[in-house]
Amino acid sequence: MAADKPTSAQRAQFKRDLTGVVPHLRAFARGLCGHPDLADDLVQETLLKAWAAQDRFQPGTSIRAWTFVILRNAYLTEMRRNRFRGEYDETTAERLLVAPAGQEEPVHLSDLHRALQALPAERREALLLVGAGGFSYEEAAEICDCALGTIKSRVGRARATLNDMLSKGELPDYDGSEDGAHSSILEELDTVVGGNARATPSE
Amino acid sequence: MSTNKNPPSDRSGSKARKSAANDAADAPGWADGLKQLYDSVVDEPLPDSFLELLDQFDEEEPGDDGTSQGGGSASQEDHG
Repeated sequence: MAADKPTSAQRAQFKRDLTGVVPHLRAFARGLCGHPDLADDLVQETLLKAWAAQDRFQPGTSIRAWTFVILRNAYLTEMRRNRFRGEYDETTAERLLVAPAGQEEPVHLSDLHRALQALPAERREALLLVGAGGFSYEEAAEICDCALGTIKSRVGRARATLNDMLSKGELPDYDGSEDGAHSSILEELDTVVGGNARATPSE
Repeated sequence: MSTNKNPPSDRSGSKARKSAANDAADAPGWADGLKQLYDSVVDEPLPDSFLELLDQFDEEEPGDDGTSQGGGSASQEDHG
């Protein structure tokens, strides 16, 4: 077993595999952070790290899952680096839901996008993995490095919140542009973390 | 091991147990939209920046011989 260094053939294969998952990485990243440019930056970083760590990838396993872990870590690091310390509080999302519209309209993708971005990060990523990325709960739990029950719970809560937001027709208003969306979230966070700091609702 | 804690998300009571697929069926409108959002990005053509980055990986390879593909590297764009 010459497992010390990948051969050029292995490298070529790895590069092909890596190239193949880039679209998925971009989709996952954009769902995570809601900002196309930021998302692509994350993906680039992910690719560099994945390439550098390629000897740790086990051929035959899912390179999509493997790279998603790297992407996720990059995202979390980025969140901490920015003043993104606190988790996005659920009360913030709820506060944005004001008036129930009570009418059933087709859900617009842009509404869905905004609703998604209003979710707490952990639930958003869980829902993205299972509901959009097509991962099983088990795979999602591995990617997020948490228990199966935790993932199920997060997905369930994310779905409940989205149901709520979308059925009431009340969505966070981020002044249209996606650039604005991210900074709005940051400002929102500041408000919540700084001014409105409450005890965490968990018991 | 088999502590089956159901998340308290289900008040509809239509089904006691749910699989992921059933969950998705419970949320018909946006569940599909979520995939559409994701797939719309997947289907986007890759920006050049990614292709360039991936190309750099090739150059970075320690000189294995016999990698003479494509001849000279046209690293410079000609502008007219």
